[in-house]
This record gives sequence, C-alpha cells and structure tokens, in this order.
Amino acid sequence: MTEEKKPFEPTIVGFTCNWCSYRAADMAGTARMKYAPNVRLIRLMCSGRLDPTFVFKAFANGADAVLVSGCHPGDCHYVNQNYKMLRRFNLMRRVLGQMGIEPERLKLLWASAAEGAIFAAEINKFVEQVRELGPLNWNNKNGAAVETPVLQEAAV
Amino acid sequence: MEKKEKIGVYVCHCGTNIAGVVNVGEVSKWAEENLKDQGVVVSRDYKFMCSSLGQELIQKDIKEQGLTRVMVAACSPHLHEKTFRNACKGADMNPYLCELVSIREQDSWVHTDKVAATEKAKAIVSGGVARVAHHEALEPLRVPIHPATLVVGGGIAGIQAALEIADAGFHVYLVEREPSIGGHMAQFDKTFPTLDCSACILTPKMVDAGNHPNITLLTYSEVEKVDGYVGNFVATIRKRARSVVEKDCTGCGICWEKCPKKVVDDVFEVGMGTRKAVYVPFPQAVPKYPVIDRVNCTYYIKGTCKACEKFCPTNAIDFAQEDEIMNVEVGNIILATGYDLFDSRRIQQYGYGRLPNVFTSLEFERLSNAAGPTGGNIVLRDGKTVPKAVGIVHCVGSRDKNYNEYCSAICCMQSLKFAHLVEERTGAEVYNFYIDIRTPAKGYEEFYHRLLEEGTHFVRGKVAEISDATRLPGEDGKLIVQVEDTLTAVQLRVPLDMVILSAGLEPRAGSKEFAKTFGISCSADGWFIERHPKLDPVATMTEGIYIAGCVQGPKDIPASVAQGAAAAARVLGKIQQKEIALEPVRATVHEEQCSGCRICNNLCPFNAILFHEDRMVSEVNPALCQGCGTCVAGCPAGAISGTGFSNEQILSQIEGLLLVNLSKEAAAV
Repeated sequence: MTEEKKPFEPTIVGFTCNWCSYRAADMAGTARMKYAPNVRLIRLMCSGRLDPTFVFKAFANGADAVLVSGCHPGDCHYVNQNYKMLRRFNLMRRVLGQMGIEPERLKLLWASAAEGAIFAAEINKFVEQVRELGPLNWNNKNGAAVETPVLQEAAV
Repeated sequence: MEKKEKIGVYVCHCGTNIAGVVNVGEVSKWAEENLKDQGVVVSRDYKFMCSSLGQELIQKDIKEQGLTRVMVAACSPHLHEKTFRNACKGADMNPYLCELVSIREQDSWVHTDKVAATEKAKAIVSGGVARVAHHEALEPLRVPIHPATLVVGGGIAGIQAALEIADAGFHVYLVEREPSIGGHMAQFDKTFPTLDCSACILTPKMVDAGNHPNITLLTYSEVEKVDGYVGNFVATIRKRARSVVEKDCTGCGICWEKCPKKVVDDVFEVGMGTRKAVYVPFPQAVPKYPVIDRVNCTYYIKGTCKACEKFCPTNAIDFAQEDEIMNVEVGNIILATGYDLFDSRRIQQYGYGRLPNVFTSLEFERLSNAAGPTGGNIVLRDGKTVPKAVGIVHCVGSRDKNYNEYCSAICCMQSLKFAHLVEERTGAEVYNFYIDIRTPAKGYEEFYHRLLEEGTHFVRGKVAEISDATRLPGEDGKLIVQVEDTLTAVQLRVPLDMVILSAGLEPRAGSKEFAKTFGISCSADGWFIERHPKLDPVATMTEGIYIAGCVQGPKDIPASVAQGAAAAARVLGKIQQKEIALEPVRATVHEEQCSGCRICNNLCPFNAILFHEDRMVSEVNPALCQGCGTCVAGCPAGAISGTGFSNEQILSQIEGLLLVNLSKEAAAV
C-alpha cells in the first residue's frame, strides 16, 4: 500500500435540517449526482437545533471540518429559526479563531430541497478547501491533546 | 449508559442500489464484530429490508433475541422510516426505538469509490447504533382535525377539489382572487383533443360550486395569513369590497348596462375587449354579483356619476363598503392557484406587442371564442380582415434555456387545436413551427394525425424571427417568419397574415411569497414542490397542505381535474380519521433546572413557550410546539430537552460517526 502517497482525505461532519438541506442531499442521491465521500451527515429537525456543543464535539472527536446546512433565509420550515442558527454560526467561527482553529473549517450552506446539484457541488468545493487546510489533529492518536493552540487575536 | 441495550443492525442491499457500491456484507460483519460494546447483538444484511420478508427478519429477531433497539441502514428516512417503525410496532416494540440511516441517497448513489463508500457506510451505521441506544419509547401526539377545508384558487382544479369534498358532506371555503370562479378554463373556446366547448363543460361545475350548501364561495378575496398546523389552521382572508351588497343583488345586469365608463379588460379578455367599471368578468360568472372596479369608476375618481346606484332596482350598490377581514378555521388546505402565461414581449425578435398581428395563445382563445370580443370571428387586429395564412409558433418561452428550460406540456396540443380551428373557420393556410411534437395522452396522437390529414403544414424548426421587413414580391403587408426547416435543412421565409405564439406556462407572479404564506416550498422555477414526484404528487412537505393543478407544474385540464380530485381524496381521508397523529418531536422544559432567564421565550416563533411568573419557570405548550429544537439548543442551563433529537442522541451519533475515522487513522499511522 502506498498509504503516504495518497492525498489527505478529510473527515467532515455535516448537520442538515430535516426539511431543506437533508432533502437536498436526498435529491442529489436520487439524481445520482456524485460528490466526495468525506462528509457524514446528521439530520436535525431544524438548523436552529444546532447546539454549538455539537460542532465542538465533532472537532474534538476527530472531524477535520464541520458543515452546517439549513433552509435558505426566509424559507425556514420553522419561520426564521435558521437566522438563530446563523447567529450561533458567526459566534462559533469567532470562537474557533480564538482557539487557533481556522474558522474556515466550519462552513455554512443554505440549500433548498430542490438544490441537490448545489449541495453536491458545494460539498466537493468544501472538501477541496479542507484538503488545503490539512488535518486538524485536535487529538493525536493516543487521545491526548496536542500542544495548546496559539491564540490568533487578529483572526476575527 | 445504565442499562445495556440489545441492538439489532440491519443493512439493506436494495438490490444493487446499495450493494453495487457498498460492500454490504462487510459493513454488516464489521458492525457485529466492532460494535459489540455499543450493544449490537445481531447484525444482518438482506436484499430488500423493506420487503415483507425483510421486515419479518427484524420482527423475528425482536421476539427471539429480545432486541430492545433496531437500527436499519437502507434508504432515506423520508422514504421508509415509517415502514421500519411499523415493522417494530408489529413485533410489540415501541416504533420510536427504531432508527433508519441512509446509506443509499447519502452514500451508494453519490459515490463511486467502493472502498470509501463502504468505510462511510460503516461510519453511518456506527453513528446510527450510537444514536439508537439513546432513543426513548414515545407515543405520537393526537390532535383533532377540523372538518372544514380551505381551497385557494377557483380554477378547474380548485372547483373539482371543492366539489368532491362538499359532496362528501364536509364544508369548503373556496377562495378566488377574481370576481368569478372559473380560472383560465373559462377563457378558452374549445378543449383538446375532443373539441368540447370549454364553457359548456365548465359552467355546470361552476354553478354547482356556487349553489352547493357545503361551499362558502369567497370571490374577490385573498388569503393573507395562515396560522396553525395540520388539523387546526386559521386562515385570515381579505374579502375585498365589491361595492355591491351580495344579499340584495339579483345579478340583473342593469348596473353594467347603465355604467358609462368603458375599461379595457386586461384580465379576462387579455386586453382584447372592454368591460364596464361595474362588471362581471363574463356572462356565466359565478357568483352573479358584479364588482365595482374602484380604480376606474368615475365616482371613485371624480365623486360624481352613481349611475349604477340610480338604476339598481334593489339598492344593492354600496359605495362605502369596506374590505372584510375574516378568520376561518380549517383542518386542511388545498392550493390550486394555477399559472401565469409567459410574457411573449420578453422574446423581442418575435415582435409581440410591436407587430399588431402577432397574438398570444390566450388572445387567440378569446378571438376564437363565440363569447369573445369578435364573437368568435378569427380576424386580424383591425377587427375585420380574415387572415389567409396563419403561423403558429410552438415552445414560446418553453424548452429554451434563455427563458424556461421545462416543457409547458400543453402547447403542442393547444397549437394543434388552434390550427384546426383556423382551418375550419377561415380556410386559411396554417403553418405549425415546432421543435418536437409531444402528444403523450389519450387521444392526443390521434388528434395530431387528424391535423396532418387536414393539410396543416408542419415545419420543424425554431423560429428565428418574426418581422414586418418585407422585401420580396407578394410579401407586402405580411409578417415574415424566418425559420430553418431542420428536416430539409432549408432556410424559409414564410409570409403570413397572422402569427399565434403558443406561449408557455409560468408560475404565478409572487408564487414564492405565496408559498411562504402557507409554509411550503417552491422549486427554483417557482412551481410548488410535491412531497414525492411520483408517489405523493398532491401532498406537500407541510402536513395538511395539498397542491393541485398547474400550481405544481404545467399540465392540461384532465390532469388538473385528476389532481383536484386526488387532493380532495387525501383531505377526505384525513377528515375521516377525525384526529391525526403528530410526530412526538417536542421540546420539554425541566422545571427544576430552569433558571427563569426567558431566553427560550424569544427563540420560539410559534409562541409555544409560556412563562409562569409565579414559579419563575418556562413551560412548552406541546400543542403549539413544532419541534424545531431551537430552544433546546439555546437554553444556557440545558434545561430543555427535545424528544427524538436529544443531546444524548446527537452527541452519541457524532461519536459513532467518527469512530471509523479514528480506527482507520490509528491503523494507517
């Protein structure tokens, strides 16, 4: 096996809402649109359900990046809860920066149930971006924390 | 975990849909060997888990192995979640102790790398197993269904739906924006392929709807707001002021006879004819009461006239009438608001709006209609000249990436119908300029052949330009259609007297806002999206809201009627159940942990969270809660839990999903 020759394959956890973005993923599937196999999805009822803990938990457990996806602004199945997620999203990116983690590892994607093609294309784009960033290695393989990240004060 | 769960894992092949890409056997074996600590006691793979044999497999294991949880890896939960929940229920297991994760739509169908797809399937299975261990036994919430139905749109689809429901003995509110029901079908002359007179088959239905004791007709009205949820909607309807008191008006017609103000009718006559300022759109209008068009009425402009009031024998005119806002309670809603015609002005090279004798399809319908502005005489815009050569351009604004990519479905047959009518009534030479002829329904292809035999010319080619730039002898005063006949590869200049543009169908202007009012979704084009394109064509993603007719996509009259009836059948089915089981996905506040900070109160768009001032705690009203979980995520004290999507479930799923990743990395290093 030429394991080290292979490009870095990031592991990405994606959170989708039940109504738009999960259905966009379903649609990409039904239409057999191909995309990179790096994203593993978790279905929530609404992107508003996204507790920031989920995102940090995913990073802590070895995800190299996290995708957050919901209905387009104004199209939320629950009136406007995606806006409430958006507030948390901005906050989370700021916190990630303060922790020394590239905020770009957390991506937001609005996708309607009809946008399977956009969903697939955006995932491919994101996977490439994360590949550029390299592995996160929050925990090393023994489970011990890596050296304390340097605070990037000007990151935000 | 206090109690060790006994989990069964079932991995579906879905024929080759999954097994063609994912090594299903390997995933199943991997789960059995590596997820023992998580509680997996049995793991199987099977050709079709959703088949009755597949379901029996699960039920047998539940009974014989004493499973406490079931985790199925197959297709999207939107497809078969119910199937597997019911299978568990059949084996006396609470259906909510089952989890379905998708390794088809989200794995085998979107990936080609078999190794990576198999690894991903393992991760998904591992996530599902971790999650299902935290599932709780739940009972669905039961809410009563209000027996009344709101039907929005009084075209043929809406009328059909309303009549079906009303005939079954339940009340319907039929809301129509225009002064009369009837929709586009009322404007048509003949209907393809039988050439039935449109009004002759439509007006009896309109009258039935108007007289039906179970139908409340709300014309000249619009739905402004919808609150509530399936079984219990409250719709706010604005009934615009007609300036005519309906209970006094007899529909005698003296008012519009006496009204001195003539107005071009842009709606029903599509600008081809005129009406008065007080009017009914057409003679067979239902209801028969006229409306006063306040924008054009002399009294509302200058403060004098009142001719209608003077002559009205029953004193039914009320200039001071105001819009009425009413709230109606309904259990279900059917949307049948139809379509708008593509605006042919957008294709400038076809000259519509600039060249007088270029007509749209709807204009031609009025022109050929015996009740239309010319009394059914097919004449040029001057109102007298009978055309000797007529061209019909297909696919105007349809099947064209510059405008609409989709096929408008009705234009081929409509164009053939026009060709027949022109031929029959004027004896003119008729040219059909088509890209492809599409006649896929009962009697349609036969009608096409009839036209071929009638001697209509068919030119296969997309019209490049329609102009009045004549240069050859005999072209004087004619319209020139420039087109390549792609069957003979010859450029043609066809001189014609009249050109009819068979314009495509578009979603109603403002359909996106309209969809928002009802909380349903639109495609990128603006057509409303059905729950499933094949298997659930009239339901929407929002429970209790159905769609019928062209609002879902272009379709002809038979298909619209079928959808109207189908939507009615779905609604009747719901009403007969008397109550509906709602997913028990709800938020609950644990009072002992609630600090009374009230952060959650403002997060809820449904006002489902009450604050008890006396005890200083918040409480979620489960009947109003829609289960989005935003308050669960927002509570700083972690005092709110969300059933079905609890923190434990999701955090475990994250751990499970990433288990494969870590083991692979460890092996690789």
